[in-house]
Formats: sequence, C-alpha cells, structure tokens
Amino acid sequence: MNRARIEKFYYLMKLGREFELKAKEHYMLGDIAGFLHLDIGQEAVSVGTMQAFDKGDVFTHYREHVLAIARGMEPKKIMAELFGKKTGISKGKGGSMHLFEPRLNFYGGDAIVAGHLPMAVGCAYARKLQNEKAGVFAIFGDGASNAGAFFESINIASAWKLPLMFFAENNYYAIGTHISWVSPFVDLKEKARNYMPTFTCDGMDVCDVYNTVIKAKEIIENGLGPVFIEAKTYRYEGHSMSDAGKYRSEEEMEIFKRKDPIENLKKKAIKLGLVDEEYFNALDAKVEQVINEAVEFAANSPEPEIEEAFEDVFCKECENAIS
Amino acid sequence: MLYREALNKAIDECMENDESVVILGEDVGRYGGSYRVTEGLISKYGEKRVIDTPIAELSIVGNAIGMAIAGLRPIAEIMTVNFSLLAMDQIINHASKLRYMSGGKMTIPLVVRMPGGVSRQLAAQHSESYETLYASIPGLIVLTASNATYAYNALKWAIKSNDPVIFLEHELLYPMEMDFKEVKDFNPFRAEIVKEGKDLTILTYLKMRYDVIEAEKELKKAGIDAEIIDLNSLRPLDIDTIAKSIKKTKKCVIVEEDHKTGGMGAEVVSQIMENCFYDLDAPVLRIAGEDVPIPYNRKLELSTIPTPDKIVSKILDWKAKNGI
Repeated sequence: MNRARIEKFYYLMKLGREFELKAKEHYMLGDIAGFLHLDIGQEAVSVGTMQAFDKGDVFTHYREHVLAIARGMEPKKIMAELFGKKTGISKGKGGSMHLFEPRLNFYGGDAIVAGHLPMAVGCAYARKLQNEKAGVFAIFGDGASNAGAFFESINIASAWKLPLMFFAENNYYAIGTHISWVSPFVDLKEKARNYMPTFTCDGMDVCDVYNTVIKAKEIIENGLGPVFIEAKTYRYEGHSMSDAGKYRSEEEMEIFKRKDPIENLKKKAIKLGLVDEEYFNALDAKVEQVINEAVEFAANSPEPEIEEAFEDVFCKECENAIS
Repeated sequence: MLYREALNKAIDECMENDESVVILGEDVGRYGGSYRVTEGLISKYGEKRVIDTPIAELSIVGNAIGMAIAGLRPIAEIMTVNFSLLAMDQIINHASKLRYMSGGKMTIPLVVRMPGGVSRQLAAQHSESYETLYASIPGLIVLTASNATYAYNALKWAIKSNDPVIFLEHELLYPMEMDFKEVKDFNPFRAEIVKEGKDLTILTYLKMRYDVIEAEKELKKAGIDAEIIDLNSLRPLDIDTIAKSIKKTKKCVIVEEDHKTGGMGAEVVSQIMENCFYDLDAPVLRIAGEDVPIPYNRKLELSTIPTPDKIVSKILDWKAKNGI
C-alpha cells in the first residue's frame, strides 16, 4: 500500500458513496425516477476492480454508478443521466441502469440479469482474434450465477480459452432472495471451478480486491483462458429504492457495516502511519465539491427535446435507406 | 444459381473483402452448414472466422453482439426460426436496444440469419414462421429473402449495415435453382413487383411467392389480371409500393404462411387501412396459415398453410361474395 494508491482508492470510493447518497436524496425529492440501484457498501469491489483492470473492455449489470465513476466516467454526466437530462451520458434515454461510454470501453449498464455475459464472451472472442491481450471484464451478482446465460458463458469461455474475467459480486441477495435458498452453493466459485482457475477476495477490502484482480489478470494476459473471481460483499441499501428490506436482519447488516470498505481503508492507512486524518479531510472536501458540481450540472441542464425520443433507433445510413 | 449458393456467395464475398466479417452458429464450419449455406467457407477462412458453436442459441446471438461491440461484423446463423426463441432476449432486449438506450453511442452491426416455415413434415417445433415477433420490434430490420437475387444483394447489404438485421430464409428454397443478378446500389427496403396486373393486388413474401405465382396462372385463366408484390422487407414495410398498387387495382389479397391471428398480414392490413381505405372496393382478403401448431402428417400439414389451389378458390369465393 502506498500513498498514491490509498488516495486513488479512498477518493473514488468516497466519491462513489457520496454520489449515491446524493442520488438517493434527489430520488426522494423527485428529481430522479425509475429504478435506482445503489452500490453503497460495495464500493471496494467497484473501485478495486476498475483500478486493477484498467485496460480492456467492461461489461456490467445495472448497479453500475460507482463502477462507471471508477472507470473514468464523469460524475456530472452520470448525475445528469439520472436526472433524465439531455447532457446525460446516454442523452437521458438510458437512466440509472444504462450508462455507456465506448471511449472508456464501458458497455453498459445491462438490466437483464446475466444478459450481458454472452456479450462479454463474444467481445472476448473478438479481442482474442484481434490479438488484444487486455481481455474483457464482466461483473455480475449472485443472482446472475443462477441463470442459464451464466452457465452457457462459462462453458464457452472455457472451451475457447477466451481472455475473460468473470467477476462475481456476491452480496448474498438477489433482490430479496438469499443465495442459499436457490443455489446449492453459497460460494459461487464452486460453479466455475471445473471450467477455469478461481480466486476469492474480500469484497469489503479494496486492497484485497485490487491485488486479486492484478494476480488473476496475468492469466488472461498470458492467453491462458478465462478466470473467475468471487468477492463477498454487502449492500447497505435495498435492492432498489422500493425495497422494504424485510428479508434480512439488522444484526447481519451490522456485521458488514463494521467492515465498511471506506472507513476501514482510512483506519488502516492512519494506523500504518502513511497519512493522517487531515489528509482524508482534504480528500473529502474535494469529493464534496465534485458532487455539488455534478448536482448543479444535472439540475441546470435542459430536458431533451421531444424529437430525441425518435433519434438513435437506427444509424443515419439505415435511416436514409429506409426513408 | 441455387438459392443457397446465392447466400453463400454473399457471405463469401463479404468475408473476402472484409476480415472483420465472421460467421457463427451450430454446424456452420466443419459440418458445412445444416442447409449447406456455409459450405466451403471454413476451408477458405479458417475456424477462427467460421465458428462452430455449441447448441446454445442465446449465446450464439449474445456472443455475436459482443463481437459486434468489439468491431467485428458477425453473422449469426440460427438453425431454424423455432430455435431463435431461445435467443429472443439477446435479439430483443439487447441487439435492438443498445444503440437507443446508449443515446446513439453503441453500434451493433449484426445479422441473424434463420430459415423458417413449413418444410416437409418436420412437425410443430421445426416449422414455424415467427416473423411478426421480430417485425414488431423497434430497432430491428426484418428482411425476408424469397429469391436468389434478393438473397444475395440484401444479405450483402445487411452484412455491411451498422444495425441489427433479422434475415429470414425458407427451408424449401435452399435447393431451388433461380435466376440471379447482382444489383448496384441495392436497397433492401423496396418491395418487388413480381408481376404487374390491373385487377387485383396480391401481397406475399418468402416461399408463398411461388404458391402465388402458381395460383396466378389459374387466375389468369379465369380472366383476372393480378399484380403480385413480394414485400421483401417486413420492417420497415414498403407501404408506398403497396399503396400505389392498390390505388390502381382497388383490391388487395395477402398471402402469408404464418398463423393468421397476429400474423404479418394483420399489420399489413392495418397499414392499408390507414393509407388506402378510400381506394378499396372490397375488404382485404387474408389467406394465411391456420391457427394451429403445424402437424406432422403431410396431408394435415398442407391443410394448415396456403397452397396454390386454396389461394385460387379463396380469391374466387371472395370476389363472388363481394361482387367485384
């Protein structure tokens, strides 16, 4: 652990958390609608993976605000998207669940559980063909690990030795269904271990997530086929904003909150004498400024024109051929 | 040229000219293609570009979308339309929506080819025509290839296009010998006037084109000069060509192989009502597949779809009934 890395990890996790707390606030105020899935509690996974897997392509599920921020997407463009504004990353047509930025090789924002995994497999196939060593990263939850698309994907990726990192973000609950009620394995790596090398890491510890991805990435970069990483983590908030949380206990929540990724990184760094409290206070101030600017940008941006609803169905060449 | 050879020629030329073109599906490589459309391609382009997949349709299309995202131009072959239902999520929830929900940032140059329709006694799970399922989805282009010329030119267009195309073929057409010509600046969205006529417009597509051509010979004997139009593109529909023909003939018949309820003709009639109502002398006649799954027995099978005889008799009955 060094100072530069601590700064990056802490800053991005804190940015992610404050972004989402602000999003929650504006959801309550009615500025944000639809489904809003918060990543609060799981920031170590989003930040640790993206810091380690810093090249290549990224396919993700719909709980992706912090992952997008950690990949380099501007918070203000994400906030504007949540507000449904013209300046949003997807022009206000995708919303919280559909953040795309091909320039960052960041391909969604997929809201069909496990639906992005076959696409990640295909992308990995193409990268192998194109001799791109960095490969593809696909993150999914415990819920996705029960879907047919998941099993098809580990099978094909393994059969064709594709450069693909399957990252299972196991927060135990598929909406309100505990993994043990619907799967023979609580440890998701059990599902993949006959297909590819598997790794586990502590999803509440950003350094462990980062180090594990770095280690596993070598296998991909050396052309040895796919890898599977499982991180156990926990979301403090409901599945989405409409979740009453009846399926889990306060005690369980407390166990994980004691392992909070942001607070623990801070404590660990101070204890090791690498930095002091003041150092973090300065980072917090920077985060606050970025978030305030993001909200201001989103609030002051214009709504899309009605015509926008009819754009981007097809590309211009197809539109011309049709008309 | 055989119909399947025209398809093969289109794929071959695209693969030759552009190394980002790949084809994937069940048995497209070493086996040579279930209907021999991909015959010979693997020896020319190798197994990396002619990809034998597992029997996992969701992955065939999902993988193809991922390849498209990465800059390839994939052609996904689904063995038969019925199996494409397993890939519906990828086709509809992903391929058709990625450009839109990313605000135009994502581009999915994808072709999904699949044959459908009643072949020879393949029974209910291998004989369907599900074109309306796809033709009702914004973000998809749905083309039907009834002949070698359209198959070749439209498939080449589809492979080069930057949006997802559902490319429908018919199992009975593959071994048919047909006229073939290469067309410059081909537009796949135009319907084809197969035969001009002044008394009656018959709209059809895919294999029914040939049943209609057969039926027309009998209609001619009965003194009816029918105009035959092959729709070619189901989404978008070339309503201008349809409307122009109806303006001339004042009468319209639709012949389709899919099930009548919610079938393609239902949408065509709806657009005719919106565009041509005052030009019509009689209600539009739909001659379609029956609303039952397709049975195995040949006699029963034929009883569920239009045939030349049925087309003739239904048109004559309809004319008599409406006094036209």
